[in-house]
Amino acid sequence: MTRLTQPHLRLCALVWLALLVSPIVQAAPLSIAQLMASLAQHPQGVATFSEKKFIAILDEPVVSSGELLFIAPARLEKRTLKPRPESMVLDGDTLTLERGQRKHVLQLKDYPEVAGMIESIRATLAGDRKALERVYHLALDGGNERWTLVLTPLDPKVGAVIARIRMEGIKDVVRSVEILQTDGDSSLMTIENLAPP
Amino acid sequence: MIHTRRRGITAIVLWLIFMLACVGIISRTHFTTDLSAFLPRAPTPEQQLLMDQLRDGLASRLILVGIEGADPPTRARLSRQIAQSLRADRTFVSVNNGEPVNTERDRIFLFNNRYLLSPAVTPARFSGDGLHAALSDSIDLLASPAGLLIKSILPRDPTGEMVQLIEQLNSGTHPKLVEGAWASRDGARALMLMQTRAAGSDTDAQQHAMAAIRQAFDQAPSATPSAQLVMTGPGVFSVTSRDTIKRQVTRLSIISLVLIATLLLLVYRSFSALALGLLPVISGALAGIAAVSLGFGAVHGITLGFGTALIGEAVDYSIYLFVQSEQSRADHQDWIKRFWPTIRLGVLTSIAGFASLLLSGFPGLAQLGLYAIAGLIAAATVTRFVLPSLLPANFHIHDVLGIGLTLSRVVQRAAALRWPAAIVLLAACAIVVDHHASLWNDKIASLSPVSQADVELDTRLRADMGAPDVRYLVVVSGASQESVLRASERASALLQTQVEQGELAGFESPSRYLPSTATQRARQDSLPRRPMLETRLAQAVQGLPVRAHLFTPFLADADAARSQLLLQASDLQQTSMAMAVDALLIQQQRQWRALLPLTAPRGVSINADPIRAALSAMPDVLFVDMKAESDHLYSGYLHEAIVLSLGGLVAIVGLLLAVFRSPMRVLRIIAPLAAAVITVTAGLSVLGQQMIILHLVGLLLVVAVGSNYALFFDRPDPRTPILPRTLASMLFANLTTVAGFGLLAFSNVSLLQAMGVTVAPGVILALIYSAIFARQSDA
Repeated sequence: MTRLTQPHLRLCALVWLALLVSPIVQAAPLSIAQLMASLAQHPQGVATFSEKKFIAILDEPVVSSGELLFIAPARLEKRTLKPRPESMVLDGDTLTLERGQRKHVLQLKDYPEVAGMIESIRATLAGDRKALERVYHLALDGGNERWTLVLTPLDPKVGAVIARIRMEGIKDVVRSVEILQTDGDSSLMTIENLAPP
Repeated sequence: MIHTRRRGITAIVLWLIFMLACVGIISRTHFTTDLSAFLPRAPTPEQQLLMDQLRDGLASRLILVGIEGADPPTRARLSRQIAQSLRADRTFVSVNNGEPVNTERDRIFLFNNRYLLSPAVTPARFSGDGLHAALSDSIDLLASPAGLLIKSILPRDPTGEMVQLIEQLNSGTHPKLVEGAWASRDGARALMLMQTRAAGSDTDAQQHAMAAIRQAFDQAPSATPSAQLVMTGPGVFSVTSRDTIKRQVTRLSIISLVLIATLLLLVYRSFSALALGLLPVISGALAGIAAVSLGFGAVHGITLGFGTALIGEAVDYSIYLFVQSEQSRADHQDWIKRFWPTIRLGVLTSIAGFASLLLSGFPGLAQLGLYAIAGLIAAATVTRFVLPSLLPANFHIHDVLGIGLTLSRVVQRAAALRWPAAIVLLAACAIVVDHHASLWNDKIASLSPVSQADVELDTRLRADMGAPDVRYLVVVSGASQESVLRASERASALLQTQVEQGELAGFESPSRYLPSTATQRARQDSLPRRPMLETRLAQAVQGLPVRAHLFTPFLADADAARSQLLLQASDLQQTSMAMAVDALLIQQQRQWRALLPLTAPRGVSINADPIRAALSAMPDVLFVDMKAESDHLYSGYLHEAIVLSLGGLVAIVGLLLAVFRSPMRVLRIIAPLAAAVITVTAGLSVLGQQMIILHLVGLLLVVAVGSNYALFFDRPDPRTPILPRTLASMLFANLTTVAGFGLLAFSNVSLLQAMGVTVAPGVILALIYSAIFARQSDA
């Protein structure tokens, strides 16, 4: 980076900041296209998560936490550290689950219900509107500063399991994913410290 | 004279009858190109198993198919369309391309029989503590990303037996799916794996299967010229090598016949001489094929190829007759008197050499030996007894005296080359001694007629597919299905510890899909009666975030499993497990065998010692490294063949000693032949060609053919010069032999090429050495 371009960049940043702070821009409703475009700007990122699962047959919620790693366009890793280490790696169509000595390799196509659930997160992180709309109806609420994206399954196979997925975010960052299943079970994952690795 | 004529007519009649008989035999002869003829006869049960596996084992029935070109969606569509049409074809036991054809049926089968099939079902697992541990595992899994998959079955399967089973089944590596069909790792081709009903050695059936695949590809609705189909596998190899051998043998015999005929025509300048000269050749070829057919029940394509080359040798006898005798009928009788004993000795020498091959453990090699012996005897006998009577009264060929005189002058000066020749020979000896360790190729793959390109395609597709290489097998033998299944279970337990130690990536076993009845019964007995199970379950849920009443369906299922009918092989039908059991559990007469193929850890080969040690305690269990075993077997037979050839050499020396009763004279005859053999061996070694068993046959031929030259050059009295016509006949005979065998050197079937590169230079050297080291007539 040369000395010549640096002041120019700084100026750009200032203008950008000014625009963000400006109340007029903030009030403008965010379009799905805009949201997706801004999400797509991050080709990769790491974050920590904590997740709470409410499962009817269990008397108390299961709490877990760990790390998320996303590499556009197709790789999503979810590494749970607590209560016991396990990992879930989605790469393309292949889902690899590892717990202790055991390793499962699944083809996403064989498990549409799982696919639907995971694809919602991956496609949102990638800002891949097409992939999302293949499976879900999208509804966006809020502005750039704070938005809520609700996914309702269109695919009957996914719809048989998932009632709705609700994501919340700030600017170009996804902060939480809440999945409500048709049988009433649900999970809430909160994501923090999303940053480029 | 009249007496001679009557004898001649008798000979002709006998000959015609003999020829008719040969044709009759040949018309009913079965011709094969199955390479197992060139695999050793297997004396031990282990080696027999090896041969069986190569011929019709699981691996021999696999055809790997690749679809290349076009774009990924088209390839995947083609794959699905081909699979759909071939699944209806009874030629194939299974057609796999990654589509979940049996998935639902498999899942139902596994779920309904989970308590009989799961290795985790033990009494301890259904104790209070065991249930507690299994339940907490399942609850953990429920909370994990895979939880969705088990949530619905948890009330019926709280101990997670289904998860156990699915895990076990998925232990193998599968290619990745692109657009719903298997694809190579680089995504450049779609992959399919088919198992034929027929054995890999049933070449006709394999050819039919290949044609069916090709037809399904061509007629697929998505067929496009930009997509190509490739196939590989042992069956495919045998089909293509049969085609190659057939094509080459046909082409080589036509070319060599044309070449030899042209050569003879140039020499004789007479069509009738040419036609008559070929009579002994045809007689020899027919006699050879008929003898092999009678002796072995079938004639191998390689034997025919060898027979083609032997034309060049069989034609020698008529050349000797025509060229050496003068121009009148009386001369033919004179020829019989003067030259026949020498030629007869030459034939006997050849027979002594080839007789050793008859003892070989390779049926293919024994075939070559029998063919050569029968062919040479027939050709020589026809030349001696039939041909002179068939010659017309005014028969004459172009006089070759001029060539003969030139040759005489050359031969007289040949002695000047003694020293250079001695130096060459000495160098050759040095090379042979120096390279003695690497002279022979003792890998069985060296016999394979499969082209390098085909081998590379096979390696590529296999790597893409993660197909079992079936190199390492654990073989369990027993008297009944039950006993081999029980032994397989014990072997599996030992192998499992090897997997855990990282020595193995995995293994297959028929007992995984069809446990022995003893094991199934033991698993049933592991399940407590319902009241007991209910009590234990109540204890087990203590401290877990679940309530016992959730698992009422489990209590019912476990209770039913206690008295459910035990699994039989027939219960597996219509599931994808049936194929595995069919391939891995084999009944042969009263003998049962279970095969447990091992998979090496990625990127390394299997270290056999710890596995062999782990299994050593079990009787009737064998660890087989198919490749090492077959190489070992082959190198054993190679050494046997070398010993037999040396035996042949001893027989030749013995024969000559018995005839001449002079060691010096025998030495003079043998020396040029030995020199030729050594020089050719050294030459091959220098050129980097390792010798296989067919080079050895070539060397024997060099001795057989060369012995004629050496015998002609040998004279008890060195003052009698060699007749110019005799020299000319030797040159022509040599040229025809070189023409016949030289062509084989250009074959890309390694078995034929080996003979060509040995015999062609070998006979030239034998002639040259014979001339150089002959006693000089004017000395």
